[in-house]
Amino acid sequence: MSELIIDNVWKEYGDQIVLENVSLTVASRAFVALVGPSGCGKSTFLRMLLGQEQATRGTILLDGEPLPPEPGPDRGVVFQRYSVFPHLTVLGNVLLGKELTVSRYKAKLFGAARRAGIEEARQLIAEVGLSGAEGKYPAQLSGGMQQRLALAQALIMKPKVLLLDEPFGALDPGIRAEIHTLMKRLWHETQMTVVMVTHDMREAFTLATRVVAFERPRDRPEEKQRYGATITKDIAIWPPRRAGEPSYFSPDRDGPVILQGPYRDDPSSSPSGDK
Amino acid sequence: MRWINTKPSRGAQLALMLLPFVLLIAAYTAGSAARLAENANDKLLPSLAGFTEAINRLAFLPDARTGDYLLWSDTAASLIRLFAGLGISTLTALLIGMVIGMLPYLRALLAPFVAVISMVPPLALLPILFIVMGLGETSKIALIVIGVAPTMIRDLALKALELPREQIVKAETLGGSSWQIALRVVLPQILPRLITCVRLQLGPAWLFLIAAEAISSDSGLGYRIFLVRRYLSMDVIFPYVVWITLLAVLTNFILDRIRIAVFPWSELEKQG
Repeated sequence: MSELIIDNVWKEYGDQIVLENVSLTVASRAFVALVGPSGCGKSTFLRMLLGQEQATRGTILLDGEPLPPEPGPDRGVVFQRYSVFPHLTVLGNVLLGKELTVSRYKAKLFGAARRAGIEEARQLIAEVGLSGAEGKYPAQLSGGMQQRLALAQALIMKPKVLLLDEPFGALDPGIRAEIHTLMKRLWHETQMTVVMVTHDMREAFTLATRVVAFERPRDRPEEKQRYGATITKDIAIWPPRRAGEPSYFSPDRDGPVILQGPYRDDPSSSPSGDK
Repeated sequence: MRWINTKPSRGAQLALMLLPFVLLIAAYTAGSAARLAENANDKLLPSLAGFTEAINRLAFLPDARTGDYLLWSDTAASLIRLFAGLGISTLTALLIGMVIGMLPYLRALLAPFVAVISMVPPLALLPILFIVMGLGETSKIALIVIGVAPTMIRDLALKALELPREQIVKAETLGGSSWQIALRVVLPQILPRLITCVRLQLGPAWLFLIAAEAISSDSGLGYRIFLVRRYLSMDVIFPYVVWITLLAVLTNFILDRIRIAVFPWSELEKQG
């Protein structure tokens, strides 16, 4: 289980109040999209869930336990950029999580453990549609492929919560649609709760079970400093989406899009062959 | 077409690359010929034949006094000092640079100190080094280290700090400890920079080496140049300077090749 309880959280930087009085309970296996105008603190909120930043007041509980004050393996993350390691190949990137978990001092796997790790990593790589690119470095991949790699890299840890910070914001619409299908499938197949920050309303409503909007209720210039943003809308998608269950009301809405041929963001598959 | 958009062809590029060198040699030859025509014993600008004779004497004939082949023994002596100095600097810089870049406590402790130390003019310390460490190899290597290491430390610390915060956070979510992140995420990414950093420090390293050799030594390229200066032996000084330059250029080139061969991704990143 992986229930998140955010209780009366405030975030202040010195005198500047960024978030005030944020309370939210995210059910296990939910997919929550956080939306709101730029600078309303939704990324700050995500970083607090991640443990990269601490709440000034209030508590965040994961499965009833307070969140540790630093990022850890129970919470995976995909950022918009810099999520993958440029010095590792696709396989190396996915394998890294295994290596860091198993080998404490060398942080490398050898022999049978390595072969098992590679096997698992390859399966995940195939899962996100990157088979055949195992030996490539991120600089040789397109933006969409890099984000799929970042997903695979996070998923090998089997995190309780997956945090996404505008992960698909820089991708073009066609590729974004493909990666949405992938994201939805991964959410159905794994046991994780997903929290995603996005600017794209369409994305929020296509993927999420629940869309939460952050806004500053008081936004006059003289009020900006002392009043932060808070949750102003909390919309449950209807008919409800549930992880692992096909949609009862309109099956085609959440049904898989059947992909023919390789993903479109694969530079080696474009008809002209150029990057 | 605008000047900023005109590009030379491959052949033109090669010709342009060679042009300054050819011009330099031509200017020297002309100057040397003019002076020698006036006075056949002129020592200031020896002819190319003079150089050949001097190089032959130093490189291929044993020295009458010691029996050494001077050019090679000088080169060996200098290179050992240079690489010892650079090697120690590199290891220090890697270690201290990484902890400054990664650990806020050690950054608070060391970064300002290193910044101040790097401003001390190393040559001003040379007398102290000679007094404390004697006139042997130690003080010369120490001068190179003192001259080169602080800059390298700062450069590597900056590079480690420059790594996107996202990468470090991602590594933490993959279960990495500080040590593991240093080993698997930070170290491999700053090693290419370390090589580039050594390349950029080659010039200063040679400067400090020659300065130390000029003052106290019994062998070495810098020692020889300053020794024969007394006899106005331009026919030795010029080839030695060219040889030092050649050694530096070669080291620079080899280091860059090593970077590309060992860290192919660093070249991809540059292009990307």
